[in-house]
Amino acid sequence: MSTVTQKVTIKAFRFNAETDYLPYYKTYEMEVGKDELILDLLNRIKWEYDGSFSYRRSCRHGICGACGIKVNGKPVLSCKQNALELVDLFGDELVFEPQSQKRAIKDMIIDKGDFWEKHAAVKPYVEADIEAHPASETIMPQTKVEQFLDADYCIQCGGCHYACPVLEVNDQFFGPAAFAAAYRFAIDPRDNAATERLESTAQLGQGVWDCVKCNECVEACPKEVNPFEKITRLHNMQFEQGVAKRNVATKHAEGFTRSIKKFGYLDEQDIVLYSEGPGVVKHLSEALKMVKAGKVHPFDIMKKKMPRSENLDEIRTIIDKVQTSKLD
Amino acid sequence: MSKLKYALYTGCTAKESTPELLSSTLAVARKLNIELVDLVEASCCGASHLQDFDELLSLTLNARNICYAEQRGLDVVTICNTCQLNLVTTKERLDHDPEMKARVNEALAEFGLEYKGTSQVRHFLYALIDDYGLDSIREKVVQPLKGHNIAPFYGCHNIRPSHLHHKHNLPQPELEASEGGGEVSYESEEFLGKYNRHENPYAPTSLDDLIKALEGNAVEYESKNKCCGFHVDLQAPATSNALSGTALLDAIDNSADMMVTPCPLCQLNLDLKQESAGKQLGRDIELPVLHMPQMVALALGCTPEEIGLDHNVTRATHLMYEM
Repeated sequence: MSTVTQKVTIKAFRFNAETDYLPYYKTYEMEVGKDELILDLLNRIKWEYDGSFSYRRSCRHGICGACGIKVNGKPVLSCKQNALELVDLFGDELVFEPQSQKRAIKDMIIDKGDFWEKHAAVKPYVEADIEAHPASETIMPQTKVEQFLDADYCIQCGGCHYACPVLEVNDQFFGPAAFAAAYRFAIDPRDNAATERLESTAQLGQGVWDCVKCNECVEACPKEVNPFEKITRLHNMQFEQGVAKRNVATKHAEGFTRSIKKFGYLDEQDIVLYSEGPGVVKHLSEALKMVKAGKVHPFDIMKKKMPRSENLDEIRTIIDKVQTSKLD
Repeated sequence: MSKLKYALYTGCTAKESTPELLSSTLAVARKLNIELVDLVEASCCGASHLQDFDELLSLTLNARNICYAEQRGLDVVTICNTCQLNLVTTKERLDHDPEMKARVNEALAEFGLEYKGTSQVRHFLYALIDDYGLDSIREKVVQPLKGHNIAPFYGCHNIRPSHLHHKHNLPQPELEASEGGGEVSYESEEFLGKYNRHENPYAPTSLDDLIKALEGNAVEYESKNKCCGFHVDLQAPATSNALSGTALLDAIDNSADMMVTPCPLCQLNLDLKQESAGKQLGRDIELPVLHMPQMVALALGCTPEEIGLDHNVTRATHLMYEM
């Protein structure tokens, strides 16, 4: 190990749900070597400063998913994350916090119950009638495996789940890890429950349509699962497999083709009218504000104010020829 | 410095509900002698929604958008975070998936178009900061934003996923090689050191630096890199209001007197929904939300018409006279 070390100040979130009214932060200063991981620093706090300091750890090589925490707001897997790399990113004061403060039980340990509940809800396993003692193994072509290989790397660490802003405000939302699992099994050629998974992840409130597309999950994932990409695939599969029902969200996605065909541009007024249907009345007060600020033009019936792309015929031809999805 | 010239991909919003974004962008470019060529053939990028419906269609339309910049031999600048991410997502896919590139080009061939991958796509914010340079901007300030507490709101699609941001929003190393520096690798320390703007998505700095260059106070607040919720505003307005309202209140509680964002979708959501977000969260919210180019235009002394503060929903016109 290198003898070159760097002085780092660690501010660690401390809380014991059984005895503490409020959480607090404790400061620990230590010399950190270039090969030390966040897990090493957690261990040093416990071993050198305070034996009551609590955190989850098990496999120590990035596969059990137990040791996820946040450092300066960034979700990390403690046993994979080099400490000085984070000093490069954030400076020499590192703030250790649990993945979700409101779920804290003791220091870095949280109640992950909601994560497991939602993960289980998408049936994260292959559902298939396979003989107990088949004559030969199931052969899966490589192209099929490649469709879900990266999703299969998910270790259920919860990094993306507790980085997702939607879960902070919508308890029903399944969250990125559950969606990645739903996709992983829905695309598996052995699986018989794809439609069921697509239907449950299509439901407004809990499903993929409530994703805000912030990409926090992509950033958080220590295994490069890219949950957002899987969410997009689930959207696509809803249309490809005829699961998508007409609602405000599906019409919104599909409705882009309407405007683009007409103008090349998105007709911002039309997309709201088309997606909402009669529900559009709830936007009245905001629409009036926009009219007042000269942002929308309700009396522009002939759409003279709408911009139009040049070579619009090209755009129309592309849509006619390339579009394969439809919303019945 | 030779004159900077880019193909401008305006996106839809700048030509519809946020005309103030387009006018202020063009005004800033004029003041700084940056030439912007409007990609008049371009279509909507799909705003991250069309790809949910039909991915191939989204890729083809965006490849076509980029083609028209390639034809002109220009790099693209975008003025909307979501346009930026959609264009670079397309670029990334086609540059690394020859099969998909062939499919897309087959559809484009009918019009004599071919996506090659020769134009870079960057947000105007980074073109200003990295190509024009903060020092050069500082020299052009005639109305310093002194005394203003400005909350930078970065908007998701410029900073996440960070690997796409790093790869596309930053200047390309080849450009530097031509200055006589020889081969410069993207990963080299020399390159990383020169462009120390690898926006850390958990602590971004570019917009803060721009605010400071215009002599304003950049407000520190937790929500600056968070999501505004725009993309679920139709199907989940409560989510959208909670996210935008929380960000606005966070800025207000940290003494902001205005917020600024490089994304017109964030701007619309944060500017327009203050009343409904405030109702939902049980607090009054009133905070002017400016487009990044509006803020720059103010500091560069552009005209009120160009800055277009009268198009902002939450009253912002007073900022013009306070300068």
